[in-house]
This record gives sequence, structure tokens and C-alpha cells, in this order.
Amino acid sequence: MGLKIEDISFTYETGTAMQVRALNHISCEIPDDRFIGLIGHTGSGKSTLVQMLNGLLKPTQGRILFNGEDIHGDGYDRKNLRAKVGLVFQYPEHQLFEADVLSDVMFGPRNLGLSEEECRKRASESLFMVGMGERFFKKSPFDLSGGEKRRAAIAGVLAMHPQILILDEPTAGLDPRGRDEILGLISEMKKKLRMTIVLVSHSMDDVARYVDQIMVMNNGKLVYNDVPSEVFRHHKELETMGLSAPQVIYIMEYLKERGLPVNTEVLDIQSAADSIMACMGPAGRGRS
Amino acid sequence: MIKIRKLIHDYLKHDEDGAVSEEIRALAGLDLDVKPGEFIVILGHNGCGKSTLAKHINALLFPSEGEVWVDGMNTVDGEKLWDIRQEAGMIFQNPDNQIIAQVVEEDVAFGPENIGVPGEKIRKRVEESLKSVGMLEYRRKSPGRLSGGQKQRVCIAGVIAMRPKCIIMDEPTAMLDPSGRVEVLKTARQLNREEGITVILITHYMEEAIEADRVIVMDKGKIALQGTPREVFSRVEEMKDLHLDVPQVSLLAWELRRRGLKIPADILTREELADALEKVIS
Repeated sequence: MGLKIEDISFTYETGTAMQVRALNHISCEIPDDRFIGLIGHTGSGKSTLVQMLNGLLKPTQGRILFNGEDIHGDGYDRKNLRAKVGLVFQYPEHQLFEADVLSDVMFGPRNLGLSEEECRKRASESLFMVGMGERFFKKSPFDLSGGEKRRAAIAGVLAMHPQILILDEPTAGLDPRGRDEILGLISEMKKKLRMTIVLVSHSMDDVARYVDQIMVMNNGKLVYNDVPSEVFRHHKELETMGLSAPQVIYIMEYLKERGLPVNTEVLDIQSAADSIMACMGPAGRGRS
Repeated sequence: MIKIRKLIHDYLKHDEDGAVSEEIRALAGLDLDVKPGEFIVILGHNGCGKSTLAKHINALLFPSEGEVWVDGMNTVDGEKLWDIRQEAGMIFQNPDNQIIAQVVEEDVAFGPENIGVPGEKIRKRVEESLKSVGMLEYRRKSPGRLSGGQKQRVCIAGVIAMRPKCIIMDEPTAMLDPSGRVEVLKTARQLNREEGITVILITHYMEEAIEADRVIVMDKGKIALQGTPREVFSRVEEMKDLHLDVPQVSLLAWELRRRGLKIPADILTREELADALEKVIS
């Protein structure tokens, strides 16, 4: 079922001179088993939207349904909602605090009131899922490398068994290999656990490679909600919103301008190379 | 401008009794010379020592062994500490952690005030600094209301107001959206070209390195590769081994060569790629 967002708006500091409308009549669905990219410049409203999704903020107007139920309805169990719609904040490694990795990951399940045994089971499963075997369990979180810390933090949210996992800029500050590792891991997790991932990102190249749907926020509005190739077709409009398309699209656009009949709707280097090779014909072949 | 000789830095870990339990070598005998006015980009995977290096140039860290000279001053010379920090300003990843005042111009004035620049001169410096980062019209605004790119430019203005000869930027764009990234990079280039300030930019975005005078790739606390962007980015395989990428154009050109297309190995821009492809066809 997933999340259904019905015409929500949100205003910060209503009735004061500082009043800001952060979300402006947004409607969309976040179905099960989907990989969604959420993009938008700083201040576009994407963080506000994300905080709506697990009930941290309440819309000033409109409704949010999770599995068919209004999350702000009377008697709705929002604690359970926060387990089901897991949120991994930016730089989640700053939120590790327990004495060892295993206890840190057990913190969430413990808060759900699960038995000690169940917490331990979930924590170890989650840690294995993020590629951190038993040798990490008793380590202090502070002795981990940057990438390991981040994976431990993700495990902490995974241990809540979310149906939807929202990650806010999970690759910020990581080197290219680290970026690939985390995104590969997330993609793998999605396949195994069949959950929905919402990836909040500033990197169009990352988004293009992994997601099957992109939501674009601008000035509190949802301006695009479509498959990547459709969204990136609007790269000129994206630029006016402080965003961009993946690098490879610009390269292909330019080659086309220069008269090469290449496909401009590619999203990765391999398909770009395929398309270029196809236009080169026999002229370009032979070993260099 | 900067002279680094056989720089070694060990981070010491202490156990509960305060005794040293572990030594981690972050810099392992690094040599580096930076000429005045150079624009240098430092690349390297997480943990390769690049941030440690940056902190040495700003005298926030001191060598375990070896020497660091900034404009003729040795960083271990306690008397010169403040001069060094003034000459080599530093910008960090998160602008929110660097902004302290409620109003943009007050934030920029903070540095000069601290070193006792007289009032009238401060006003002038603040104005000039904000102008050179293109933020003068926001002087009376609250930093909280600015975008990430604008905040980072205010931080840069704060450093420039100290009249440094060199700015070290440690992943200044990591937290910014694409337009913020472009703004900050443009500002860095402008300061370098128009005001002759030496820039050392640390980044994980390969695209940001294309216009540098020199690219330095670090690995295991040492320089693994260096040269012009063209030289460095034509070594695709070595870069991959170092956990890094090359700009997308270079990667695409490399892939095309791998598939047998006869184009040069050192393509860096889309113009060069188009030229090369046209040559193949004709």
C-alpha cells in the first residue's frame, strides 16, 4: 500500500512576519517496493516533505495515509509509523552513541519494546545486511571508519524493519568508491527486503544510476514525478531550479549539437558509448 | 608559498589510563611545494590524509616529523602562529558550523575585529570581501536565510577579510546542491585569477578539478599521482585503483578507446571529444 499524500501544505511560523510556506499543495504516492529519488535545491522543501512522511511534522493542510490510514487520525500509532517509515538523517554517523556497535543498532528495536532476544536477532541481521559481520559487534562506534559508521547507522534504522526507508544524502562527504559502496548496498537491500527506498540526493549522477522514479521539488511544489529519462529530458528547466542533469546527458546533448546523431536519453557511460559507437559506423573501428 | 618537507603525522590513540595505545600514520613523509597564485586540487579517498594535510598548512596540526613552511614561516614557530593562520585561511565542509553572527556583515567582520583592525578599515574590508564573493547585497541579511552556496560564500568572505595569501578549502561543496557547488567553485576561481590568491581545494568531485593548474592525488598519506588535470585524468585505471573517478567526459573517452575507437587518451572536455569523433568520421 505505501504512503499516499493528499494535497498537503505546510507553513513554518504561521501568522508571524517570518511565515514561510515550505510545502504547497503536494499530492503523490509512494508505493511499495519502489526506488525513488527525491531531488531539489537547498530550501526547496524536500526535508520538510521527508519529515512529513514519518509524522515528525504535521501538515497545516491535507492528509497523509499510510497503508490506507490517516497518520494524524485519532488514536493512530505514530510510534509504530516511525518504525515502519525509517529515516536516516544526513551524516547519521553523528548519531551513534552506544558503547558498542551491536548495542547501538539494538537501541531502536529496544524502544519498540521487543524482547532482548528479538532485538539482538534484528540487530545482527541488520549489521550483516550492511556488510558488517560479527567482528564489528563489540567494537566502539567511534573506532569505525567513516563509511563503516555510516553503514552502522543505516543498520540501526533497518533493525526497525521499515517498510519505507528514507535516506537523506547518504553519500555526502564520501569518496567515489564509498559512494558506490553505499548506493550498491542500498540497492541490494531494496532487492532483498523488497522495501521502498526514498533517496534524497544532490547528485544527479547517483540518482540516474539507481532509482526508478524521480520526484523533483521546487519552491515547495512537486514539479516532476516520473521515470529518470523523462525527468532529465527537462534539464533546462532543472537548471533554472538550481539542479542539473547527469553529466553524461550534457555530453550527449553537445555531441548532438555538433551533428552526431547520438541518443541524448542515456543515463550512464555504457549506454552513451553504445550510442556513439552505433553512429560511428565502420569508420571508427580497429584497434587503437 | 608553501613548502612541505618529509611531513609525517601520527594520530595517537590513548587508552583509559592515558597511555598511548595505538599510532595511526595519517601522513607518511609527504613533500609538496605550492607556488604563489597556483590553483591546486587535492583528490584522494576518505582516510588518505588530505584533511590532515590541510590542517597542517593552517597550523591547526603540527608535524610529528618533517616541516611545514607557509610563506617563509615554520608552523611550529609559536610566535608566528596567528600570522600563519591569517595568511592561510581555511574553509570547511559545513557552512553552518562556520557562521557565528546574526548578520552577514558582522560575520565577515569577526576575523578582522579579532586581530585588531581599526573600525573604519574593517568596514572597508568587509565591503570589499563581500563584493568579491558576490554577496554585497546580502550584507544586512541574516545568514540563516541564505542558501548553502550563499552561506559558504559568506564564509569565504570572512576568510578574505583577513587578507590571506592562500585559502585552503576542505570539501567546501560536499553539502551543497548543484547550483551552490557552481557558485562556490566560481568564487574560488575568481579569487585565484583576479586577486592572485593561492587556492588549495580538496574535493571528491572530479569535475571540480578540470580547471586546476595542478591536481594532486593522495593515497596512504603520500602523493600518489600529480600533474595537470589532463595528465592525471588520462590515467583512468590508476585512478580507479585509488578509489577515485575521472570526469565523465574522460571516462566516456576511455570507454570508447577500450572499444577500439581511435581517439586521444587525454580528452578532458566535451569539445575535445566532439573534435576527436569528427576526426575519426572524416
